[in-house]
Amino acid sequence: MIRVEHLTKNYGARVAVADVTFDVGQGEVLGFLGPNGAGKTTTMRILTGYLPPSGGRAEVEGFDVATQSLQARAKIGYLPETVPLYPDMSVRSYLNFMAKIKAVKERRRDVDRAMEKARIAHRAGDQIGKLSKGLRQRVGIAQALLGDPPVLIMDEPTSGLDPKQIIEVRNLIKSLGGEHTVILSTHILPEVAATCSRIVIISNGRVVAEDTPENLGRRLRGAESIALTVRGPSDQVASVLKGVPHVSNVMAEADRRTPANGPGTFTVQSAVGVDIREALASAVVKGGFGLMELKPAHLNLEEIFLQLTTNDTAEEES
Amino acid sequence: MRNVSAVAERELRSYFLSPLAYLVVAFFLFGAGILFWLILQSTRLASLSGLIQNVHVLFLFVIPMISMRLLAEEQRTGTMELLMTNPVQEWQVVVGKFLGSALLVLVMLIPTLLFVVFLLIYGNPDRGPMITGYLGVILQGSAFLAVGLWASSLSENQIVAAVVSFIALLVAWLSDNIGQAVGGTLGQIVSYLSLTSHIQGFSQGTIDSKDVIFYLTVIAAGLVLSTLSLQSRRYR
Repeated sequence: MIRVEHLTKNYGARVAVADVTFDVGQGEVLGFLGPNGAGKTTTMRILTGYLPPSGGRAEVEGFDVATQSLQARAKIGYLPETVPLYPDMSVRSYLNFMAKIKAVKERRRDVDRAMEKARIAHRAGDQIGKLSKGLRQRVGIAQALLGDPPVLIMDEPTSGLDPKQIIEVRNLIKSLGGEHTVILSTHILPEVAATCSRIVIISNGRVVAEDTPENLGRRLRGAESIALTVRGPSDQVASVLKGVPHVSNVMAEADRRTPANGPGTFTVQSAVGVDIREALASAVVKGGFGLMELKPAHLNLEEIFLQLTTNDTAEEES
Repeated sequence: MRNVSAVAERELRSYFLSPLAYLVVAFFLFGAGILFWLILQSTRLASLSGLIQNVHVLFLFVIPMISMRLLAEEQRTGTMELLMTNPVQEWQVVVGKFLGSALLVLVMLIPTLLFVVFLLIYGNPDRGPMITGYLGVILQGSAFLAVGLWASSLSENQIVAAVVSFIALLVAWLSDNIGQAVGGTLGQIVSYLSLTSHIQGFSQGTIDSKDVIFYLTVIAAGLVLSTLSLQSRRYR
């Protein structure tokens, strides 16, 4: 269990984390999502006791990370963003060293178990510096699993991996939920949808949203949206679409590859509960443009994310 | 204690996984051999005291090479973050690193016992000064290491760490001469801080508590400053 209350961190005058509050329940996999530089790593470093908070508090398994740091650290398996390894050591001797540091009982068996779980056991004798990036990531994960800690904190665990390895790591993390309480940070959206039961979106050090992936989508889809592909000058098409009753917003997607009069993609938003598809189609045809495609669109995580994080920046800049 | 010994053991092992340790040890033994031979040639005395009084010249080059990566490398690769997010305290890392590298210095000194064997075979050396001499060399080497460890805590860059510790040790080496040039009470204080003059007594067979306390103080100061330097990330 992790409890974060009004956590704040300043680096001099710069505020890295501002009043962040969230809980992670037993066995939950929480996705910590935000653009680069949003404060994800700083928050994780505070939770793992590497940095002290400037304000607020955080608790891991009932231990305050600032005042009972050693006890809290003993409950956490941490995988930092740049996987910290000693390249000149073999996988086994590295894990053995880390197990010693973590005061793990039955070291040999635990090292074997962690290697098995992270699927690195077949390379136990290899020198870490000679392993591929994906394998090194697995060594890092095995390190985090040593001593079977109740809490796992992983900072961008899939960064730099190839697609196959990404899927493997995601499945591994998914399988760890239930048994472990997991916080996983990422700036890649499909990752959270694929692995997390709950999402906290952070931008400029602030929590801008917190919910399940499904609820987030539902909450933000306050409007119906429809995607159209139309051939014609995009500004004219957009103004025609705007003229249709109940339309609240028209977004033209610029595509540089298509010629000026080629087909362009538009997303039209309207009030909830009104079906404007027929009206749209006839407006396009009446305007003399070529209607090539028309389909209902769902806001995906990517759009939710952009909406939340860019709104926030715009507010702060103005 | 378990953490200290785990860090020390890993450190000592990792020295022998890289070619640097072998090069450094070879360089030291080559230099020590030359010194031993030159001093023996000119004095014709079955004694190690000349070597013991001058071994710091080798330490000046060798110790920064041994100590430069101790903390700098861990800070650069992020393994320091790993250690610090586990139930390990800063002082345990510092002491472990110090002991690990001090063990390497001991290992490096072992082959020099050959000089002792030669002297025992071909001469009749006074044994007491040789024993106290080794004690002095170990204390002096450890004090040099503590300075190097502190330098290594300041930067993520090994080269910067090596240069800083070389300059610090050079100043400590020259402070005897600087003190004499300055003169007066200030000069005496500066002279007293010389890391090299305190070995004099050891090389002649006396263990002066003043010298022992001096070296132990330098070691303690190096370890404390390194610990504070590691902790400083919390206040940045």
